[in-house]
Amino acid sequence: MSSDLAFALRGVSAAAGNTFALRDVTFALPTGYVMGLIGANGAGKTTTIRCLLGMYPIDAGEIELLGHRAPEPVALRQDVGVVLDHTYLVGDWRLVEVERTLRPFYNRWDGARYRQLLDEFGLDPRAKVKDLSRGMAMKLMIAVALSHQARLLILDEPTSGLDPVSRDELIGIVGDFLLDEGHSVLFSTHITSDLDRIGDYLTILHGGRVVRTGTKDEILEAYRVVRGGPDDLDDRVGVELIGVRRTQTGAQALVRTEEADLLSGDVLVEPPTLEEIAVHIGARVPHRDPDHRADRRQPDSSMSARRVA
Amino acid sequence: MRVVLSNSAGLPLYQQVKEQLGTAILSGELGEGTVLPSVRALARDLRISVITTTRAYAELAAEGFIATVPGKGAFVLPLDSALVREQLLREVEGGLQAALDAARRAGLHREDLIQILDGLIQAEQYDAIQ
Repeated sequence: MSSDLAFALRGVSAAAGNTFALRDVTFALPTGYVMGLIGANGAGKTTTIRCLLGMYPIDAGEIELLGHRAPEPVALRQDVGVVLDHTYLVGDWRLVEVERTLRPFYNRWDGARYRQLLDEFGLDPRAKVKDLSRGMAMKLMIAVALSHQARLLILDEPTSGLDPVSRDELIGIVGDFLLDEGHSVLFSTHITSDLDRIGDYLTILHGGRVVRTGTKDEILEAYRVVRGGPDDLDDRVGVELIGVRRTQTGAQALVRTEEADLLSGDVLVEPPTLEEIAVHIGARVPHRDPDHRADRRQPDSSMSARRVA
Repeated sequence: MRVVLSNSAGLPLYQQVKEQLGTAILSGELGEGTVLPSVRALARDLRISVITTTRAYAELAAEGFIATVPGKGAFVLPLDSALVREQLLREVEGGLQAALDAARRAGLHREDLIQILDGLIQAEQYDAIQ
């Protein structure tokens, strides 16, 4: 297994009841970079993270985590720091007790670093977990992850419900963490502005499938936003209109860059923002035209997407 | 060292980093041997992605402005005057080509162009005297 990957999922499928939560999910993050995992609620972001952490069973495919095939022995947990959108710590613990409780589970727990991080993040060691604000709880979980010297930080919606100041602090913390080129970050979010600048790689999920994965620049380059009058963008143009939105005055959609030239000259063609990509790919598609689907290479994707939608 | 990034410049971030560092090196503000921050430190400080700063440094290195040392950082190379001159010549050619294209559309001839160029040079000399 190649060790220059922080993790890789190859053809991973996971069932949820009678349907699939994930279908043939394949993507990888090279060591030393930040990957953003984006998609609407229910797209499969959290399930993907749970599979990666061995918290959710997979039915097909394989997962590689820090050079080992997952699910791996508990030893791997030493190297992975996890920040979930809710804290897994007991509310009545004071922050000093958090350390006392967690320390035995980690071989490389660094108590001095923990106290230094609490100080740096403005967290009172005598405060109780349940009294922390959302932003503070997020920083506590990061402090724990950094204190056991994780090499891979996995953050599930760390910025949801955070104010702009705390979100900005998190971006700074991630930047500090990445000063070590052996460190990597996977970051799921639906707030795409978090990734506009610091994201190296992106994976877009929709309906439990990977719509696209690659560097952020590749993904931005792969699509164009097109805007036109109500008649400029109809189904006859022969171009796949992704997540088309129509009003009486006009229509807007996402198209693949290589197809943008096929549109008539009256249509405005512009580079998209991550937000626009997320919105159009995540937009529900009317049942009457199931062709407006994520990826052509997956001909049956309209089925699963419809089930989710 | 000063790098100021614009979100609305319409230029990709890597290009902004590259151009600002390139300009500072050409002007001598960043002299030969100046140690630049590592790509990761620069990414952290500017709050941009590692890929972006890596690309800016890679292009500056390819154009002979800096040398990068894996795992260490980068430093400014002595300005090779031939290289710099070539770079500037390319810029001049590009600018004149754009002027030629516009002139063709405007129906201007060689004499008109030379007159405009002379006028611009004179105006610049006049400004310099002022």
